Amino acid sequence: MNGVHDLGGMQDFGPVVPEPDEPVFHAEWERRAFALTLAASAPGGWNIDTSRHARESLPPVQYLSSTYYQIWYAGIVNLLRENGLIRDEELQSGEVAGNPKPVARILKAADVDAAMGKGGPADRAADQPAAFAIGDRVRARNIHPKGHTRLPRYARGKTGEIARVHGCHVFPDANAHGLGERPQWLYSVRFSARELWGEEAAGRDSVHIDLWEPYLDRV
Amino acid sequence: MAHDHHHDHEGSELSETALRVRTLESLLVEKGYVDPDALDALIDRYENKVGPRNGAQVVARAWSDPDYLKALREDATAAIAALGFTGRQGEHMVAVENTPQTHNMVVCTLCSCYPWPVLGLPPVWYKSPPYRARAVIDPRGVLADFGVTLPETTEITVWDSTAEIRYLVIPMRPEGSRDLSEEQLAALVTRDSMIGTGLALSPAEARAKGLLQ
Repeated sequence: MNGVHDLGGMQDFGPVVPEPDEPVFHAEWERRAFALTLAASAPGGWNIDTSRHARESLPPVQYLSSTYYQIWYAGIVNLLRENGLIRDEELQSGEVAGNPKPVARILKAADVDAAMGKGGPADRAADQPAAFAIGDRVRARNIHPKGHTRLPRYARGKTGEIARVHGCHVFPDANAHGLGERPQWLYSVRFSARELWGEEAAGRDSVHIDLWEPYLDRV
Repeated sequence: MAHDHHHDHEGSELSETALRVRTLESLLVEKGYVDPDALDALIDRYENKVGPRNGAQVVARAWSDPDYLKALREDATAAIAALGFTGRQGEHMVAVENTPQTHNMVVCTLCSCYPWPVLGLPPVWYKSPPYRARAVIDPRGVLADFGVTLPETTEITVWDSTAEIRYLVIPMRPEGSRDLSEEQLAALVTRDSMIGTGLALSPAEARAKGLLQ
């Protein structure tokens, strides 16, 4: 999706302003929005790609005018609503309406450290060999999927070189939409800054982007 | 007056968000979907237990133990796990080393991917449009915002974390640090130096900040 979340290379957002001694959270509601988002994926049964897609699918004006945890809150509400775990009338009244839909599991306090410490590895067994090897020249496809994708716009149509072969990983373009994991080979592709941004870019600089095989063609 | 109005407006928006989040939490708890103690445990873990001091230990070990550096190059996930740092948003780690020739800098242009087990949760600037937009097209300008100027001849390598691979920058070991212990070395390693928007502190800088005796 060519959304406003795909920010790489955009201009005029102003300087980066680091905050000295920045706290982890800036308000109590940020703590709760963060934790709710992590905890709700257990009853919700969705995956990280679904969650990212929910956030980047917010209306563009809302996305750009919200703080980070406001985006997380809006994303989780949409996922809960789509999955029948919350209703608009409940959010408005603050009262539970009817019997809650049964869920398979929830995250218990005693399991938090083990679950977070384990995480969710995205590598999978490969059922075919990698198409590319380190040093191969590849071009990122000029594609514009309407759903979730992790191929940034600034790389499309650009030529680079395979720098690392990361293994076979869950394919977000499918996994975000309930189409299964469809694992694909994942590569770190090195693009020169001049290939991406033209002759004014520094000659030695580069950007490495992690890209799945279906995003790439051999040059 | 206009100034006052602006503040009032911001204040009411913030409290509206807080109210909505509270409503959502109470609904999910009442429905049995969320264990409130689990929320507290999640917050405690990422506010108090997991943070950039973890990554600083990794860097200090890499600086002082050539075998560990070798292990980190071969399988960063395993080498970092050996120090006890594992899990969510760090399942597939890659360490990238700064040298006099190459400076590495990490961004996530599409969202906010960040190596939680070694750095904790990302700062606001890392998740915000100015950094995500500009890190890939103008890394030297971004570094200038952080007060960092590198020689023209240094190659800047930006890593856009578009997948589940998480990058940890190993900054260059500062001059004058040869006699420091591993623990003292860790005090030189700032969060930003492990993202690539900063450099490790010199021992003198660390002393001035009270981080080193």
